[in-house]
Amino acid sequence: MAAADRKAGLLSPYRVLDLSNELGFLCGKILGDLGADVIKIEPPGGEPARTLGPFYGDQADPEKSLFWFGFNNNKRGITLNLESARGRELFAELVAKADFVIETFTPGYLDSLNLGYAALAKINSRLVLTSITPFGQTGPYSKFKASDIEIMAASGCMSLTGDPDRPPLRVTFPQSYGWTGSYAAMGALIAHYHRELTGEGQQVDVSAQACLLWAFSHAHTFWDLNRQLEKRAGSFMTGRSITGARMRVFWPCQDGYLNFIIYGGEAGRRTNQALVEWMDSKGMAPDFLKQKDWKTFDIAQVDQEEIDRMEAPIGNFFQGVTKAEFFKEVVKRQMLGYPVASVKEIFADPQHQARSFWQTIEHPELQTSIDYPGGFAKFSNGACKIWRRAPLIGEHNQEIYGQELAMSPAEIAELKKQGVI
Amino acid sequence: MQSLKGVKIVEFAAFAAGPAVGKHLADHGATVVHIESRARLDGFRAHYPPYKDNIHGLNRSGLFSLCNNDKLDITLNLKKTPQATELAKKIVAWSDVVIENFSPGTMARLGLDYQSLEKIKPDLIMLSSSNLGQSGPHAHHAGFGSQLSSLAGFTHLTGYPDGSPQILYGPYIDYIAVAYGAVAILAALDYKRRTGKGNHIDTAQYETGLQYLAPILLDYKVNGRVTGRNANRDPYASPHGAYPCKGDDHWCVISVHSESEWKALCSVMGNPGWTSDPKFSSHKSRKANEDELDQRIGEWTTGFSAQEVMEKLQSAGVRAAIVNTMKDVYTDPQLSQRPQWVELEHPEIGKMHYQRPPFLLTKTPPGPSKRDPLLAESNEHFYKDLLGLSQQEYNQLVEAEVIF
Repeated sequence: MAAADRKAGLLSPYRVLDLSNELGFLCGKILGDLGADVIKIEPPGGEPARTLGPFYGDQADPEKSLFWFGFNNNKRGITLNLESARGRELFAELVAKADFVIETFTPGYLDSLNLGYAALAKINSRLVLTSITPFGQTGPYSKFKASDIEIMAASGCMSLTGDPDRPPLRVTFPQSYGWTGSYAAMGALIAHYHRELTGEGQQVDVSAQACLLWAFSHAHTFWDLNRQLEKRAGSFMTGRSITGARMRVFWPCQDGYLNFIIYGGEAGRRTNQALVEWMDSKGMAPDFLKQKDWKTFDIAQVDQEEIDRMEAPIGNFFQGVTKAEFFKEVVKRQMLGYPVASVKEIFADPQHQARSFWQTIEHPELQTSIDYPGGFAKFSNGACKIWRRAPLIGEHNQEIYGQELAMSPAEIAELKKQGVI
Repeated sequence: MQSLKGVKIVEFAAFAAGPAVGKHLADHGATVVHIESRARLDGFRAHYPPYKDNIHGLNRSGLFSLCNNDKLDITLNLKKTPQATELAKKIVAWSDVVIENFSPGTMARLGLDYQSLEKIKPDLIMLSSSNLGQSGPHAHHAGFGSQLSSLAGFTHLTGYPDGSPQILYGPYIDYIAVAYGAVAILAALDYKRRTGKGNHIDTAQYETGLQYLAPILLDYKVNGRVTGRNANRDPYASPHGAYPCKGDDHWCVISVHSESEWKALCSVMGNPGWTSDPKFSSHKSRKANEDELDQRIGEWTTGFSAQEVMEKLQSAGVRAAIVNTMKDVYTDPQLSQRPQWVELEHPEIGKMHYQRPPFLLTKTPPGPSKRDPLLAESNEHFYKDLLGLSQQEYNQLVEAEVIF
């Protein structure tokens, strides 16, 4: 894919310098998806998060991390040692022409290098500096370290996931980096809007802990309004009935699990009716379900006894259904519910083919091509997609230092020798 | 001045996926009008707890409050064609941005699809947020985020390897689409400023969710691996889990990513004898004996509060945190310092904690500054003062139950 294509993106005039680790990877990628010219700046030798897997061919190699591939495409890559004086000079040259800087250092680190917001604003007052950390730039935990599980814990997410009699759980594949990177991109673009109107840049202070508060929606408002504490409930949904009834969410089926919930509201009533009709077509709907007046069924008032009575025959019925059959029927019958899909089934979903969601990206260095999840949105007047694969370590040093900063091959060689790049 | 002051946004939207986008923009000063109708209420008002004191009421919904602060609320019964359609178009002509999250096809049936609306507002930016997208064989299938989170693979990744999938609370994936939806609108606003052109934006909540799973999607394509749920385990860290602390159902988490962190953890624990057992001497051996490792560490953590464990380990350079509960998030010292919550008085709910953005703009600080509006609260102000209807026109539309 010609990288020049990115001009079709909505943000193509803008340049982003991305100093982030895994906590911020997605922020720069999102701006890149929209066409921005994103330059990933790694320490000499490569960003430490290149050691995160999974890996291409299961070979633990910093140039083969699929974690890196997935979240750093749409970026060019250079190496630069910010801890050397010459490295800082080069960074300052780049900052002078940049629109965004994204960084994930412990608060105070950039200041110690004289590269904090105040210093960068002197170089470029229009700059939007997006600073992403686990807990934010100030406050008692601001210098605490955290990986995914600590962020999921401190935000409260884990208190809502897991069985009541076992430890709280996180999601097995890290989620907090995605949440943080995407909400950080929103913050960066709000500051960008203001900058384009007024000329004033600023620092955007992103807290991963705070980003993850959105991941569990409104669970905390039960406490705020009614001093009722929502807790982990395993496979059950709580909080939908004011009687405290809990509804089963996951149902064993022939080849895995289904997600089905007895809901209220217009869509829920329609779903319940359609399910009973489907069950009845197989002779599996008991009379009390067939006779239920769904128009007056009120999920918010229903008690546990009634839920249990309804769920027993539904559970029996689902045991004879496959995931694929369930998916086909919910689409056909306009019911709410979906199978519990794995990555394998996601790739098989015809919806993605029809929307050209998968994008085949060339990896000449591996002599292969790989199907990637493509753009996050479709725009009628602009493209949003992957323009280029993730960079190799220092892949664009020549482009940036040689062509753009007009350094001679001898100068570049000297910088390499000194460990600056 | 707030960043987005002057941007005018109209929501033909309900529940979270549309309105939470508007909330983030309203927090930064945009004028956001939430449109609903007594004939078609926002589901959060109608049937989605919590309600204050567990008493249902249209203005007592906690989740509606959370998603709609700093907005105007007007009623418009779109079923009353053609008058309602004309009025809707007039509102769109006034706006810069439309957000809608009806089932695909609904706006077209109402005569309010992008093709119709761009005739009256050529540079319109419109976000259509849906479950599965505006096109494709399943486009028309409506659904809720609580279930789409399963179709998109998230619940398959949650729980124990030999057990049932587990829920992610609420419509998890909706709020992923919210971030992407707001990003898309902001990019489109920039593009419009530079080129004068509008945009119709189609976000499938499904596709936005998959962005977070890119590495394991690639892992399947490249290595044929189907990643499953594995409780709190992590291939690159050990120990890595949640451990019991003093008190009833209190927990901390600890993760160790290097040998130096392991030594630091052992030192904080007082280097008990078991830590020098070869079973725990390397990452590989700790992974092989992880059940026992977790049990040993749990025996140590039970002697302390979660706060103590976090502070002891963090000061030694080891990652650790409290598992905050839904009560704790209102008093957590770090969130309180930010501050993450703004307490505002609501006429029917009383004191309500509204949520600030998770990103703070240092020169243009965000809200919330106004509680969410009551149903129809802004009708007169919006229709007359902002849209410019005369009193007589307004009365007629109320009489005809168009404004309803």
